[in-house]
Amino acid sequence: MKEFGPDYYNITEMLTEEELLIQKTANDFVLNEFKPLVNEHYENGTFPKELIPKLGDLGFMGSSLPVEFGGSGVSNVAYGLILHELERGDSGLRSFASVQGALVMYPIYAYGSNDQKKKWLKLLGSGNKIGCFGLTESNFGSNPGSMLTRCKKDGDNWIINGSKMWITNGSIADIAIVWARDEEGLVRGFILEKGMEGFSASDIHGKLSLRCSITSELSFENVCVPDSSRLPNVEGLKGPLSCLTQARFGISWGMMGAATDCYQVALNYAKERKQFSKPIAAYQLTQSKLANMLTRITEGQLMAYQLAKLKDDERMNFLQVSMAKRNNCMIARDVAKTAREILGGNGITIDYSPIRHMANIESVFTYEGTHEMHTLILGEDITKISAFDN
Amino acid sequence: MMKIAVLIKQVPGSESPLSIADSNVWLDEEKVAYIMNESDNYALEEALLLKEGTQDCEVVVVSLGPERVKKIIREGLAKGADRGMHLNINSNDVTDPLSIAKIFADALKSENFDLILSGLQSDDLGHGQTGIIIGELLKMSTGSLAVSTKLDGDQIAIKQEMEAGFFQNVRMSLPASITIQSGLNTPRYPSLKGIMGAKKKEIKTLDIDSSDQKLKISKLYLPSSSNEITMIDGSPDQIVENLVKVFKSEIKI
Ligand SMILES: Cc1cc2nc3c(=O)[nH]c(=O)nc-3n(C[C@H](O)[C@H](O)[C@H](O)COP(=O)(O)OP(=O)(O)OC[C@H]3O[C@@H](n4cnc5c(N)ncnc54)[C@H](O)[C@@H]3O)c2cc1C
Repeated sequence: MKEFGPDYYNITEMLTEEELLIQKTANDFVLNEFKPLVNEHYENGTFPKELIPKLGDLGFMGSSLPVEFGGSGVSNVAYGLILHELERGDSGLRSFASVQGALVMYPIYAYGSNDQKKKWLKLLGSGNKIGCFGLTESNFGSNPGSMLTRCKKDGDNWIINGSKMWITNGSIADIAIVWARDEEGLVRGFILEKGMEGFSASDIHGKLSLRCSITSELSFENVCVPDSSRLPNVEGLKGPLSCLTQARFGISWGMMGAATDCYQVALNYAKERKQFSKPIAAYQLTQSKLANMLTRITEGQLMAYQLAKLKDDERMNFLQVSMAKRNNCMIARDVAKTAREILGGNGITIDYSPIRHMANIESVFTYEGTHEMHTLILGEDITKISAFDN
Repeated sequence: MMKIAVLIKQVPGSESPLSIADSNVWLDEEKVAYIMNESDNYALEEALLLKEGTQDCEVVVVSLGPERVKKIIREGLAKGADRGMHLNINSNDVTDPLSIAKIFADALKSENFDLILSGLQSDDLGHGQTGIIIGELLKMSTGSLAVSTKLDGDQIAIKQEMEAGFFQNVRMSLPASITIQSGLNTPRYPSLKGIMGAKKKEIKTLDIDSSDQKLKISKLYLPSSSNEITMIDGSPDQIVENLVKVFKSEIKI
C-alpha cells in the first residue's frame, strides 16, 4: 500500500510479499497501459477493449477463484488490491473486472454444471470471452424480486422472454448470465450466448457517469435455450444476490482506489498551487480538508482489509459486505468532491481525475444495491424490523 | 543446456524520497522505496526472450545485497526466471566495481554460465563497469550497451550502441558477459500465476564477506543550490541594452 498512496495505519506490514507484488503489478499496468487511454475513452463513451486480453494474461479476472476454474488462486486481500488499483485508474475498468469475475465467473463456478465450468471458466478468466450479468429491469432495480423476465419449460428447452436494463458489458459480451422467473415463481439463472435467436443488446447512451464502460439493455424474445444452459445448482433470488455479495466486496476495495487517486491529486495540487502568499496547502481550511480525506480513506482501507481477512477465513457475511460497500462508496464520494474543491477551476476539467471519479462514483453509489438499500439491510439487522414491504 | 545469469540490483526508485542518513555516507534506508534497477529489468526481459526462443535453457537471477533484495529476486522469479541466487552482504560498504565484480565472479564461477546479462549501469552509483569486469575475471567474451541480442549456436550476435548515434554489430563466442541498454524490449509484468508460482522456486543464499573494498564513500550530500537573481529595471530600451550585455559578457551566448 504505502508505495502507492497513504497507509496511515501500516496495512503494508500486514500484506504478504505476493500481495505486495500483485498490487505493484496492477499499479504498473494501470499507470502504463490504461491511464494514457482513459480520458479519450471517457470523452467518447467507449471502453478500451484491446486491454481485455492483457487483463486476462495477468490473471486479473476472477483472480481469487482456483486456477483450475479460470482464476489465479490468490487471497481475497490480493484480489481486493487488484480492484483497488484498477479503480484508481477508472471505475469503468474496475467494473469490467468485477462483472467478469464476480458476476459471471463466480455464478458459473458456484452454481454451474461441470460441463459449464469446463466450457466457460478458462475462456472467461483469460479474457477470450466476455460476460455480462442481467438482473435489473427498467421497472425493477432495488426490487429485483418482482422481475418480469420469464422462463418457461418447453420439453428439454426453456423459452425466455423479457428484458434487462443497465447491463454492464451487455453489447460486448459473448455470454450473459440472465435471471428469470419460472411458472412457479422461482428465479433461475441461464447462460445465454450472443447470437441466439431472439436475444439482442443495445447500448444506453447519454450517460454522464461511468462513461468508460459499456452499459446496455438486453432483450429476449422467445429465446430458446437447452436445459444444459441453466445454472443447475441454485434456485431463487439468493442466486443473483450471492453474486452481488462477491461484487460488493470488490467495490469496497475499488472505492478506496478511486478515493486515493483523488486525495493524491488534490494533495499535490494544494502543495504547488499558490494563492495570496502561500501554497493553498498552508491554509487551515485546506489542511482540514486533507486531514478529513486521509482519515476517511484510512477508515475505508481498514474496513476493506478486515473484510478481506474475514473472507479469506470464510467468515464474511453479507451484512458486513453491505456495511463496507455502503461506507466506502460514501467515503469515496465525499473525498472526490473535496478533492475537486481543492482543485478550483482546474478541478472541473478532464485533465484532473477527481471530477471523473466523482461522476463515476454516482454509478457505484447506485449499482450493486443503492446506498439506501444497504441502509435498510443494516437497519433490518439492527432492529429486526424490515423496512421493505414484501 | 543453455544457462543464463541475469544480475539484478535493487536501487532507490526515481520517485522515492531520498534523505541522507546520519552517517552522511549513505541514504536513510528506512525511508527509501526500492525497485529493480531499470536496465537490469530490460536485461531480465532479454534473458526471458532468449529462453523462450531456445530449447532447454535456464535463467537464474542473481542479486547482491542485504535481505531486502530478495524482493526483486522473487519479482524476477515471478516474471519467469527459473531460480534465484542471493549474494547476502550486510553492508553498503562495497561500492567499487572491481570488488563487486570479484564477489560475483567467485559466486558464479562454478555455475559455468554460458551468458551473463546485466544492465548497462546501476541507477544509484552509475559506474557502468560491473558486467564487463565480471566477464574479464571469468575469461568470457564481453560486450557493452547491447540494443539487440541473438543467439546463434555457440556464438551471440549483438548490436552495440556507440557514441553520436552510431551502432556496431559484433559477434562473439560464448561464454559471454553482456551489458544491456534500456529500451531494447518491453519488460513483461509478472502475471498472478507467475507470482503465485514463484514461491516454489529455489533461492540459494551465499553469505559474502565484505572485508575487501577498494573505495569508500567519505561524504554523501545534496548539492546546495545557489540561485542568484538579478533584476533589470529601467525603460524598455535600457532593459534590452542591459540584457544584451548580460548575454554577451556573463552568460556568453
Ligand atoms: C452504470 C450502471 C451499471 C449497471 N450495471 C448493472 C449490471 O451489470 N447488471 C444489473 O443487473 N444491473 C446493473 N445496474 C443496475 C443497478 O443495479 C440499479 O440501477 C440499482 O439497483 C438501482 O435500481 P434503479 O436504478 O431502478 O433505481 P430504483 O430502485 O428505482 O431507486 C431509485 C431511488 O429510490 C430509492 N429507493 C428504492 N426503494 C426504496 C425504499 N424501499 N426505501 C427507500 N428508498 C428506496 C433508491 O435507493 C434510489 O435512491 C447498473 C446501473 C448503472 C447505473
